[in-house]
Amino acid sequence: MSNTEVVMLATNTQSVSWPISATARLYTAMFAGSLGVFLFYFAAFAQSDLLHNGTHDTRHAIVAPCH
Amino acid sequence: MMIRVLLAAILAGLLAGAFATVAQSARVIPLILEAETYENAGVPDHGHEPATVAHDHEDEAWAPEDGLQRTFFTLLSNLVVGASFALLLTAAIMLLNQPISMRSGLLWGAGGFGAFVLAPNFGLPPELPGMPAGDLLERQIWWTATVAMTAGGLLMLALKRRLPWMLAGVALIVLPHIYGAPQAVSHDSDVPANLAAQFATASVVTSALFWLVLGGLLGAFLARAVKQEDFAGNHA
Repeated sequence: MSNTEVVMLATNTQSVSWPISATARLYTAMFAGSLGVFLFYFAAFAQSDLLHNGTHDTRHAIVAPCH
Repeated sequence: MMIRVLLAAILAGLLAGAFATVAQSARVIPLILEAETYENAGVPDHGHEPATVAHDHEDEAWAPEDGLQRTFFTLLSNLVVGASFALLLTAAIMLLNQPISMRSGLLWGAGGFGAFVLAPNFGLPPELPGMPAGDLLERQIWWTATVAMTAGGLLMLALKRRLPWMLAGVALIVLPHIYGAPQAVSHDSDVPANLAAQFATASVVTSALFWLVLGGLLGAFLARAVKQEDFAGNHA
């Protein structure tokens, strides 16, 4: 995406862009992504009986494979 | 590390998870409970519910008791899932350096619904307890690959205007379905087809609401957090 497009998008939707260094942005993104995958794995995929039974209805509701 | 941004994402996810619990209680949870009555009748030793026979009880893994306890654990897992989806969306938004607002957040939520719900559902229909299905691990692998490829494909279509990128995006979205999802050997089920059809609609509609609430809240909270971060940075 070109800079003009970013500016247009920002004006159209009154968006906020990221006022931080690329390094800080990438580190934060990688941390958020890893934590997200970690949490999702235990809530939706892990096959321990305890986790499966505790999270059972959520797994069905978010249409993840459960059984 | 932008702590404010991470906290904003987690808060949006927790609120969306709480909303999901309320929304699921309307149709989705009652249908799961109804399906279990057929599941337990047809396959007595499936091991899903606490055993009713006393001598079996110690062999069964812990499961929440039906009622308040079960709802509490579903709320807890919805909160975790909500936070995880919000963090994943935030990671994508930041990696791709995308501007953020409540409106763009709604679009991210719609994209999440397409990638996490619609795409895998095309190959693996929403499951009720007791419904036949293929091997669990194979389905989890196909599900994960489909979600990842669809998300990548949607992002290419949304962010890249050039034809080769758009064709690659379409290919990524279509490929998992050409490969095909792992299917059940047999379609015989103790769960009535009507119940399964009701669950398919109810779970997809409820998921759509959940993803839109998640996206909207995430957009609004992230935009606010970025402004505050900006302010703090300028005056430090």
